[in-house]
Amino acid sequence: MTLTTFAFLVMAVVLVLSAWGVVVAKSPVRSALSLVVNFFVLAFLYFGMNYDLLGISQILVYTGLIMMLFLFCILLLNLGAPDTLFEPSLIKRSLAWFVGGVLVLAVSSQVIGPMATWSTSTPTAPEGFGQAASVGQSLFTGWVYGFEIASVLLLVGIVGSILVAKRRD
Amino acid sequence: MLSFLSAVEANSGDTIGWALLRIGIVLGVVLGIVPGLIWWERRLLSWFQDRIGPNRVGPFGLLQPIADGVKLFFKEDITPATVDRLLYFLAPAIALFPAFTIWAVLPWGPDRRLTPIADVDVGVLYILAISSLGVYGLFLGGWASNNKYSLLGGLRSAAQMVSYELAMGVALGCVILATGSLRLTEVVQQQFEPLWGTVPWMQNWFILTPWGFVAGVIFLITMVAETNRAPFDLPEAESELISGFHTEYSSMKFAVFFMGEYATMFAFSGIFAALFLGGWSPLPFNWEFLAQRATDANLPWLASALSFVGGPIAAPLWMLGKMFGGITFYIWLRATLPRLRYDQLMTLGWKYLLPIAALNFVVVAIWMQFGWAALFGALAVLFLLYINVVLYVSRRRPKDTVPKVQFANPPASTEATIEVTRS
Repeated sequence: MTLTTFAFLVMAVVLVLSAWGVVVAKSPVRSALSLVVNFFVLAFLYFGMNYDLLGISQILVYTGLIMMLFLFCILLLNLGAPDTLFEPSLIKRSLAWFVGGVLVLAVSSQVIGPMATWSTSTPTAPEGFGQAASVGQSLFTGWVYGFEIASVLLLVGIVGSILVAKRRD
Repeated sequence: MLSFLSAVEANSGDTIGWALLRIGIVLGVVLGIVPGLIWWERRLLSWFQDRIGPNRVGPFGLLQPIADGVKLFFKEDITPATVDRLLYFLAPAIALFPAFTIWAVLPWGPDRRLTPIADVDVGVLYILAISSLGVYGLFLGGWASNNKYSLLGGLRSAAQMVSYELAMGVALGCVILATGSLRLTEVVQQQFEPLWGTVPWMQNWFILTPWGFVAGVIFLITMVAETNRAPFDLPEAESELISGFHTEYSSMKFAVFFMGEYATMFAFSGIFAALFLGGWSPLPFNWEFLAQRATDANLPWLASALSFVGGPIAAPLWMLGKMFGGITFYIWLRATLPRLRYDQLMTLGWKYLLPIAALNFVVVAIWMQFGWAALFGALAVLFLLYINVVLYVSRRRPKDTVPKVQFANPPASTEATIEVTRS
C-alpha cells in the first residue's frame, strides 16, 4: 500500500464516519461539528487531487464561515437534543428503509463499477488546472456573466434579508 | 504522491528530511519563544502601569514563565460535572491547532530549503482559512463548559471573527491584486523592488505605498481582533464575562488556550511583517544597490557590511525582530486602549473597516489598470458627485422628515397631536 492510498483510506474513513455522525448525533451542536470535520477532511481530498484552490476555498468558506454561522444560529436559538427520536409508525419506518436502500443501491452501483477496474494511476488534475490563475482567468473571461449574475443574486439575498430584519414597526 | 507532499519536494528539490527540518525549526522557535513572550508582556505591562512586574525568579524574572508552567502543571485539574466531556477536552486542542498550522506558509528568510515549510500556491488564502478555524476552539470551549458566561464569550468570539474576517480578506485582496500572486514568498520578493518603481536605493515595502498603508492599517486592526486581544478581547472580558470562554478551564487546559493565543499573536506579527513590512529585510533600503555603490566608492568594508546586513544569514534575525516588534505593539495596545463596547466593535468592523477596505480595493484595481492619473481623476469625480449629493440631501431634508397627518377632527390638546405624529 502506497502512502497515497493510505492517506486516502484514512481520509475516506473519517469522511464516512463524520457524515454518519451528522445524521446520528442527538445534539445539534455535535451534528454540526461532524459536518465541520466532514468539510475539513473533504478539503484534504481536494488537495490530494491537486485542486489547491478548491480545497482552500472549501476550508475558508464552508468550514470557516458557513459552519460558524450554523453553530452561531444553533447556539443563539439554544437548540437542545429532541426528547424522542423514535418513529412509532411501522409504515413510515419501512418506507424510510426502502427509500434509503434504493438510494444506497443507486449510489453504490455508480461507485463500485469504477472501483472494480481501479488502476494504480490516481486521478489528478492536469498541470495548472484549478490553480488560482487559471480559475480567475476563466471566471473573468468565459464565465463572467454567470459569475456576475451569481454575485447579483447574492446581493439580492443580502438586501432581502435586511428588509425582512427591518420590518418590525 | 499527494500534492502537498510533492509540493514540499518540488519546493526545494529534496526529500522529507528537509521538510521535517523546516517543521522542526519553526516548532522549536515558537515553543521556545512563547514563554519569553509571556514574560515580556508581563514586564512591559508593568512598566506601562508604573509597576515592577515579575523580577524574582532568575535574572530580571526571566525564569518566571517556567515557574508559571510548573504551577499550572501541578494545579488541580477541575472538570465541572455538567460539561460536555468530549468537546470540553477537545476545545483547547482545537484552539492550539491553527496557532501552529498557520506557520506553514510563513517565510522567515531567503533560503527556500529552510523556509517556508510549504510554499503553496494559495498562501494568502491559507492564512485566511486557518485563522478562521481559530474561532472553533473558543466557541466549543464556551459551549461545552455549560456556563452562561462562557457561552456568551463563545458567541461573541464567533460574531467578532466572522465580522473581521471580511475586512481582513479584502485588505489581503489589495495585496494579492497588487502583486498578482498568492504566494507569500512572491509577495515578499516584490517588496524588494525599487520604491514606487522610481527610488532605486529604497525598497517598495507595501506599508510605504498609499494603498498599502491603508490595507496595512486595516490588516493590523483586524489581526488584533482575530487574535482576541485587547481592545477586542470581548470573548474573554474579565470584568463582564469572568474570562468568558475559559472560565471553566483550569490547570494545563487553560495553559493550552493561553499558549495558543500567544503563538497566534506571534504568527500574525510575522504575517504582517511578510505582507507589509518587507519580510526579512531590516530597513526599506535596497542593500544590493547600496553595496554596489559602496564598492564603486572604493569602500569594500562598507560594501561587505551592507551585503551582510541585507544577506541571508542576518535575515532570520530581522524577521524575528519584526515579529517581536509586532508583539510589543500588541502589548502597547492592551496597555493603552480600553475594551470596545459590543456595538462599537460591530460598527467599527462593518461600517468603517469593510467599506474602507473595499474602496481601497477599487483604488488598487483602477491604479493597476489605468495608472495614477486615472485614479486621481476618478476620485475627483466621485468627490464632486458626493458633495453634490450631500448638498442636495441636506437642502431637502427639513421639509420631508416630519410626515403630515391629516385629521378629520383636529384633536383638542396639542400634546395629543405630538403623540400621534410621532407614532
